[in-house]
Amino acid sequence: MSQANVTLEAQGLTRVYGTGGVQVHALRGVDLALYEGELVVLLGPSGSGKSTLLNILGGLDQPTAGTVQFREHTLGRAGDAELTRYRREHVGFVFQFYNLIPSLTARENVALVTEIADNPMDPATALGLVGLGERLDSFPAQLSGGEQQRVAIARAIAKQPDMLLCDEPTGALDSETGILVLEAIEQVNRELGTTTAVITHNTVIGSMADRVMHIANGLIANIEHNSQRRAPSELAW
Amino acid sequence: MRALDMKVIRDLWHLRGQVFAIALVIASGVAVLVMSLSTREALTNTAEAYYERYGFADVFAGLKRAPESIKHRIEDIPGVQTVQTRVVRYATLDIEGFAEPVMGQFVSVPEGRAAALNRLAIRTGRTIAPNRADEIILNEPFAEAHGLTLGDEVVAILNGNRRKLQVVGIALSPEFIYSLGPGALLPDDLRFGVMWMGREALAAAFDQQGAFNYVALRLSRGASADSVLPALDRILKPYGGIGAIARKDHLSHWFVMNEIDQLSKMSKILPTIFVLVSAFLTNMVMARLIATERTQIGLMKAFGYSNLEVGWHYIKFVIVIAAVGIALGLVSGAWFGKLATELYAGLFRFPLLLYKASPSAFVIASAVTFTAALAGTLGSVRRAATLAPAQAMIPPSPPVYRKSILARTRFGRWLDQPTRIIIRHIIRDPIRALTTVGGIASAVGLLVLALQWGDGLNWLAQRYFFDAQRQHVMIGLAEVQAANVVHDFEHLPGVLAVEPLRFVSADFEVGTITHRGALTGVVSDARLQPIFDETRNAVIEAPAEGLVLGTRLASKLGVEIGDRVWVNMLEGRRPQLQLPVVDLMQTHIGMPAYVHLDSLNRMLRERPSVQYINLLVDARAEAALYRELKALPAISAVMLRQAALDSFYDTLAEHLLVYVTMFTVFACALGFGVAYNATRIALSERGRELATLRVLGFRRSEISYILLGELGLLIALGLPLGCLAGYGLASVMATAFDTELFRVPLAIEPVTYGQSVLVILGATAISAALVRRRLDRLNLIEVLKTRE
Repeated sequence: MSQANVTLEAQGLTRVYGTGGVQVHALRGVDLALYEGELVVLLGPSGSGKSTLLNILGGLDQPTAGTVQFREHTLGRAGDAELTRYRREHVGFVFQFYNLIPSLTARENVALVTEIADNPMDPATALGLVGLGERLDSFPAQLSGGEQQRVAIARAIAKQPDMLLCDEPTGALDSETGILVLEAIEQVNRELGTTTAVITHNTVIGSMADRVMHIANGLIANIEHNSQRRAPSELAW
Repeated sequence: MRALDMKVIRDLWHLRGQVFAIALVIASGVAVLVMSLSTREALTNTAEAYYERYGFADVFAGLKRAPESIKHRIEDIPGVQTVQTRVVRYATLDIEGFAEPVMGQFVSVPEGRAAALNRLAIRTGRTIAPNRADEIILNEPFAEAHGLTLGDEVVAILNGNRRKLQVVGIALSPEFIYSLGPGALLPDDLRFGVMWMGREALAAAFDQQGAFNYVALRLSRGASADSVLPALDRILKPYGGIGAIARKDHLSHWFVMNEIDQLSKMSKILPTIFVLVSAFLTNMVMARLIATERTQIGLMKAFGYSNLEVGWHYIKFVIVIAAVGIALGLVSGAWFGKLATELYAGLFRFPLLLYKASPSAFVIASAVTFTAALAGTLGSVRRAATLAPAQAMIPPSPPVYRKSILARTRFGRWLDQPTRIIIRHIIRDPIRALTTVGGIASAVGLLVLALQWGDGLNWLAQRYFFDAQRQHVMIGLAEVQAANVVHDFEHLPGVLAVEPLRFVSADFEVGTITHRGALTGVVSDARLQPIFDETRNAVIEAPAEGLVLGTRLASKLGVEIGDRVWVNMLEGRRPQLQLPVVDLMQTHIGMPAYVHLDSLNRMLRERPSVQYINLLVDARAEAALYRELKALPAISAVMLRQAALDSFYDTLAEHLLVYVTMFTVFACALGFGVAYNATRIALSERGRELATLRVLGFRRSEISYILLGELGLLIALGLPLGCLAGYGLASVMATAFDTELFRVPLAIEPVTYGQSVLVILGATAISAALVRRRLDRLNLIEVLKTRE
């Protein structure tokens, strides 16, 4: 894979929660770079700081110290309006619990995002990409968990983001359904070339990535390069 | 403290904004209820005690002149316990330093002792001493208005004689709790006063020695006025009796009772609105609380709490919310009640007005509110209590939405997703949406109701003081005089035009329906006080023959144009004639019946006579005119239109200010409470949804649109409905307060709707702003992890 183009680069990220007596150091000086088109898995046990890292990379949280550079955006010091613009224009999110809008159909949930995007794909195309071309007009209540998560992936990628951030995307699913979801993520990464970061505590998932970052105690403990990405269908847990 | 009670306290603290908003609505309802009930109780009790202690009579009758010797015939009427004969006359006064002529109603009292009936409550000074012809007791409000005190002198023209009278006492009387001058709509203590003189002195001044022209009766217990009135009328008929009336028709008493009646109606209509809305609101909040605590309920059950204990736990919330509202309402209601009672004390003069915040009002208000709040939330509480524990522990499945018909239309396809979210959310829970719409509509409606009183009074003032009465001064003659007396007034300073008028007391009869009123005789081409029909907004010419009836009188008698009415006149030769109704006219004041003055005189078989003279006056010569009028012997009353108009506005402005302020506060509380709760609940339910949208890159303004847009849409629906509701409430009130003496017009100005809408928009905007602030503090990171 090409390592020429850096999509996002973070340096010296620390994040301290709490003031006064009890201070929790969630991140203790993380340096990392995400390269264009790669699929990275951030692996670590709960409390390791991986979610904090994702939140900062996704523009949801500010580091206590350190910088995040995404093209012209310097996220470390950005205000709320600028972070919103960053998320809106460049980042796609997939949540553990899907977070679909229950009052909107699958197509409408995707349209919600394409309506505010500059260069979106058609919602039906995005849903077709994750294998839900037949369920366009179903409401979340009419979809299974896996289907809901795939709608969420379609929603995240429909605006053609530069980066797809997935926070425990299979955490609420059984393994069989989880694999379907991972297939959708992998397919998007492969076909659209979207830089993708997946957070998980499930080590098995690491083998579908280009790189696996092991996170422990607020630091990147080591980075593993997979010479060969395994297809999600080959995974089992 | 038990852990569960701790939970109640903490949860309520967490919900304090909403609890406070509901408490405000409850408090408003309780306050209106307490205010109207305790004011009513204060008025009722005070009036009753006053009447009892000072011997307020049961029957009253005016007449021309009867010898004292017929008193025993009246005493012999079955059911009569006490008879009080008196001399009562009007006269003009000349008060030093007060340019305008003042009207006095002189009432005789026994010298040196208390009267048998209608006794005076002496405030300062003493009663009239025997053989003192120049002593006078003043009605307290009149003395206060002019700053008259004991020892001061008042000049009166009694039967043509200018007399100096010395104030020896200041008093109140159960007969004049509400003292209205002739032809006045509201008391004017500067220009009209009641005063008491010794019987001998007053009789001597008006040639009534050994005679009387007014009689009051106290009936024995159990006796009915209905049987006494005809007997009294029969006795007084030869002496110019103008018809006896029972206490219920006594003017002062009628106004007191009418006010009590209005308070009763207010205590029923208005609190109902607040109580209903607060019950719905409490239900909304409780349903939401129970939904969020679903898992906790399952847990409590799993630990072994019974259905009853779980239900009771949630009922405690309702009790606390209601209790906070009731406490606020009791305090503010007692305060408003005191304010209202003080206001009444200016209008109704009692020797003492004991206002105590009525315990029964507190009990009624508390009971009604608790019951409504509990009844409103029973459904939610029962759902919580009967939730199966296993089911409760599982998170609820996502709410089911469906596409509306709207979505399939061309318009629907054009909508963006945030707007769809708004519409589907409203459609999914129509009851809640209706509660919000209804609450906003009620708030606007209440405000329209309060503000339109001003419109109605303006309308009434315009019709009564400008369209129907165009004279500047109306003069009442002491006696009926030949029509050519009019010319004497033409030459007074500044008089531009003169027009005579005559009133004759009469009974109107159709079949078994009778009405005691008066005939008004007007001249052809009347310009100063014509027959003015409000419906046609035009003057009606007095017909040569026949009656023009006010519509209210016509409907009471059940007659229409062309029907005939028996008119039994109670003055002069007391003719009884059957007259055709030739026209009807609409007015909001009284129940007039007009005839042509010439025809009236012919029916009475009198030469052309008049008793009232209307003057159109050049304002520059007013002072000179007043000086002359003060000295004229033959007049008993002078009524000034501008003064009447001023007192109309002065008195009502004060009352209106208090009521409009009160209603504005309550309506705003309602609007705020409804909007705040609706939005806070929506935020609680959809905070996660909105935070998700923020993560997806939606701006604060865009998610505010989703949350506040829903509120905005519901408010937009509520506002016009509120205007309709206001019109409806105003017409209900107009109907409820329809009386024979006056009707409240329904004349709402467009600006009133506008103001009401703006005020409620302001109140809801505040609640929207409060919620919007919370929207800015949404925790975006939380939603990534936690499940609701």
